[in-house]
Amino acid sequence: MTQSNTSAVDYNFDVVRQFTVMTVIWGIFGTLVGVLIAAQLIWPALNFDTPWLTYSRLRPLHTNAVIFAFGTSALFATSYYVVQRTCKTTLYGGKLASFTFWGWQAVIVAAAISLPMGYTSSKEYAELEWPIDILLGVVWMSYAIVFFGTLVKRKTSHIYVANWFFGAFIITVMVLHIGNSMVIPVSMMKSYSIYSGAIDAMMQWWYGHNAVGFLLTAGFLGMMYYFVPKQAERPVYSYRLSIVHFWAIISLYIWAGPHHLHYTALPDWVQSVGMAMSMVLFLPSWGGMINGIMTLSGAWHKLRYDPILRFLIVSLSFYGMSTFEGPMMAIKSVNALSHYTDWTIGHVHSGALGWVAMVSIGAVYHLIPVLFNQGRMYSIKLINVHFWMHTAGIVLYIVAMWISGVMQGLMWRAVNTDGTLTYSFVESLTASYPFYFIRFVGGVLVVAGFILMAYNMFKTIGAKDGSLKPVEAF
Amino acid sequence: MDYGTLRGLFALLILALFIIIVIWSYSKKRKSSFDEAANSIFDVNSNKDRDNANDQNKNDADIANHKEDKKIKISKQETNNNV
Repeated sequence: MTQSNTSAVDYNFDVVRQFTVMTVIWGIFGTLVGVLIAAQLIWPALNFDTPWLTYSRLRPLHTNAVIFAFGTSALFATSYYVVQRTCKTTLYGGKLASFTFWGWQAVIVAAAISLPMGYTSSKEYAELEWPIDILLGVVWMSYAIVFFGTLVKRKTSHIYVANWFFGAFIITVMVLHIGNSMVIPVSMMKSYSIYSGAIDAMMQWWYGHNAVGFLLTAGFLGMMYYFVPKQAERPVYSYRLSIVHFWAIISLYIWAGPHHLHYTALPDWVQSVGMAMSMVLFLPSWGGMINGIMTLSGAWHKLRYDPILRFLIVSLSFYGMSTFEGPMMAIKSVNALSHYTDWTIGHVHSGALGWVAMVSIGAVYHLIPVLFNQGRMYSIKLINVHFWMHTAGIVLYIVAMWISGVMQGLMWRAVNTDGTLTYSFVESLTASYPFYFIRFVGGVLVVAGFILMAYNMFKTIGAKDGSLKPVEAF
Repeated sequence: MDYGTLRGLFALLILALFIIIVIWSYSKKRKSSFDEAANSIFDVNSNKDRDNANDQNKNDADIANHKEDKKIKISKQETNNNV
């Protein structure tokens, strides 16, 4: 970036631009792998009898790509942007910020190579083997230094609430990653966890659920607290509520992990604690959602012509829906029906495609013109088309998974009067086929939407500086 | 004191802290500074910084001015009084 001549602050937007562009690229890649494995569930021949194209290897690639490549790149971009804007100072650490970009891309590429080759620690969402884990840890520590260093040298007295959420996300993910990745290496690409048995399972879901709670929730709430008010051009509904929201959510989330291990070897009381804490989480979750949505009070009409705002607000609706569904599914008796079925997959995707992806897409559409000296995106109409494709895709996806999941749960538990099972597993699988196809169609819509977004983005970047004038809406 | 009692007391301490945070953030005295914080992201200066940050030609400056005019119209808005 060249220096500025009129502004007081010379922001480091280079790294923000890099992460923003990569967010869209990894968005296409991650969802495309998802569509491929969704298709494999209908047409198994699509693995072409190649080991590195099998479902078992591509599924972790899909989850890692969407969470750590797409989602986390979006978090890097927005946190670096928001912390500079709200602290009115440039990023701390100079080249270190650039290192976090290249280091993070290296982690992603290493994942994209090692996972299809079959290297895995077999821990869900933490599959990467130890050398990659160490690189990830180093990059994350650098991220923390850059972010908190910027907070320390801020020019404002108050730390805006979005930064609190970003900060909590960065610290907690560091702790989770180090805690769960404690292994004893036996060779360059093979290691064993230092935890054993039920403790290993508990550590894994302490990590797994808090990756959801802090990476996929707290981080994106930080994004929400800046970009929703900014796009709506109104301050957040209640700043006081945002403070209570912050402390409530970070003190409660850490306890919810055991709900992933209902009816397993985990002690019964731990399961009950996990269930109770998961249900309590409903309150701060909805507090935050209401705070975000009500920011629009008095400005609802903006939803009619601003598709970016639509992305942001609908993301909050999906967030509210998922955080109602989640506590419900954490109840042991409901979990007895839902666990191991497609219902879980539907729940995850209403959170991931609905909340995480939509809030990121909205934020990125807001950011691109700002970062590349334009008044608006190349085509507002295409943003609108993207919005409807994405929304239709999610609805098809989650409705199909709900029906399929509940059906599987009911079929698996059905018993005849003599106590034998009514259905074999294969019968439940056959019954799921039509829903797998609907899910596949939903996924194709989501990927196509991301491709439109990439086209719109490159057209905006490629346009002559300042040639795209903002639309006067009023 | 055994470990169980200690943990019970710690839980109570955290609960008390949380209640204090709620009372503190909802106190009337904090209202104006929180309104200011909520509005800080619309700071006119910061918009100017943003739009002028990468000025390379006059065209940019035109847009920046245009945007700034629009932003100035947004006066400081109060956040919600009840919640």
